[in-house]
Amino acid sequence: MIRVVLPHHLQTLAGCEREVMIEPAGSVTQRTVLDALETRYPMLRGTVREHVTLKRRPRVRFFADGEDVTHESPDAALPDSIASGDQPFMIVGAIAGG
Amino acid sequence: MTATRILVGTRKGAFILTSDGKRKKWSIDGPHFGGWEIYHAKGSPVDPDRIYVSQSSSWFGQIIQRSDDGGQSWSQPGSDGDTAPAESGGMPQGESNKFLYDTSEETGKPLTTHQWYDGTQHPWEFARVWHLEPSLDDPDTCYAGVEDAALFRTTDGGVTWHELAGLRGHASGPDWMPGAGGMCLHTIVLDPENRDRIFCAISAAGAFRSDDGGRNWIPINQGLHSEYIPDPTAAVGHCVHRIAIHPSNPNTLFMQKHWDVMRSDDGGDSWREVSGNLPSDFGFPIAVHAHDPETIYVVPILSDSLHYPPDGKLRVYRSRSGGEDWEPLTKGLPQEHCYVNVLRDAMAVDAGDPCGVYFGTTGGQVYASSDSGDSWATIVRDLPAVLSVEAQTIP
Repeated sequence: MIRVVLPHHLQTLAGCEREVMIEPAGSVTQRTVLDALETRYPMLRGTVREHVTLKRRPRVRFFADGEDVTHESPDAALPDSIASGDQPFMIVGAIAGG
Repeated sequence: MTATRILVGTRKGAFILTSDGKRKKWSIDGPHFGGWEIYHAKGSPVDPDRIYVSQSSSWFGQIIQRSDDGGQSWSQPGSDGDTAPAESGGMPQGESNKFLYDTSEETGKPLTTHQWYDGTQHPWEFARVWHLEPSLDDPDTCYAGVEDAALFRTTDGGVTWHELAGLRGHASGPDWMPGAGGMCLHTIVLDPENRDRIFCAISAAGAFRSDDGGRNWIPINQGLHSEYIPDPTAAVGHCVHRIAIHPSNPNTLFMQKHWDVMRSDDGGDSWREVSGNLPSDFGFPIAVHAHDPETIYVVPILSDSLHYPPDGKLRVYRSRSGGEDWEPLTKGLPQEHCYVNVLRDAMAVDAGDPCGVYFGTTGGQVYASSDSGDSWATIVRDLPAVLSVEAQTIP
């Protein structure tokens, strides 16, 4: 199981805790993690990445085990610590003031 | 005993204000969707407990919320087993926030460009839903006006939305430009006497009318005069802020333009100015009395540069003659040191008798009049900046 940490506003949308557990299909990448997250929580579709294009929304960032993986390929393998469940994959709303 | 429900959208959530038919004591419920921008919330005229809400954020995009119990509970249509479309076999789709411009050959129009602030061309990009207009007949049908300007419609209670692309695809599209808030379709008026007739307004393109249920559109801006465009009388490019009608007389439209209060008596084919003796004819909302088609309300704002009331006095102006002659309504409103604005969707009337009039300010106050505007009381005074106000009279 993969641990995913959601920002406050997505927790309230999904009606879930800060951290959720999901089971990606196949290798553990941004894409498979987000696919699994959106399957379990359909109301999050379009909020982290765009419908259809599946491009990350501009003010959303991804952190993995202390690394900023926002700009990594969505198909790149995430660190072993994420795949093993030791560390959470973090979805973060960019700090933009206010 | 009737009830009155006021739906308030703010920069940081939605609030529901309720009262009985006397409209003197109010209960305040909220925030719903705390921290999110609520551009608009509106109930179905057919089923007042069916409420559609536009919830958005610059971070996480557009969300559509729906209530079927008057705002006691909410769901994103199609995101749970109860509201999933039948054709999905009960599998939640999560597409209630999917607003895709229709570029299909069958029903769509190609994605083009529009003017940017500096006059260069800019691609059409969806940003948010500004206005939701539920159908006059069917609680599951609702129209959505969006930024960048386009008109969408749902016929399944908000589970899916489809663009009526004839408006965005109008040949004048490349001449449209954004107003200060973006290039938004902010006003949708449905004609109660002719279900095929729809009016829309876009900042800054102008007013448009469809006579065939939204397939085809014509600009209806003859008579408008706008100094901020190269040709002040151009067919499009006008910053129309709001249009309102009275249901009994849908051929007469009232408009608050960027500057100028306007009136049409021929379904928008032509307009004449009725600003008359207003202290300023700049403003955002305009509303029509529920029981008198010739009584209208505006809130004069000093200018497009200053965006606050003249002389620091918050005054609603009422005309009982459909324009030209206006009287200030001040009783109960701050008459000194007031520098709030009232945005285009932030004024509404109820169907009570006497007519109730409501408006919200960028300072977070919601004011109510239960006597057609003669006097005002503050329902709540410290909400986040108010973006929209809608009133429901519930039997």
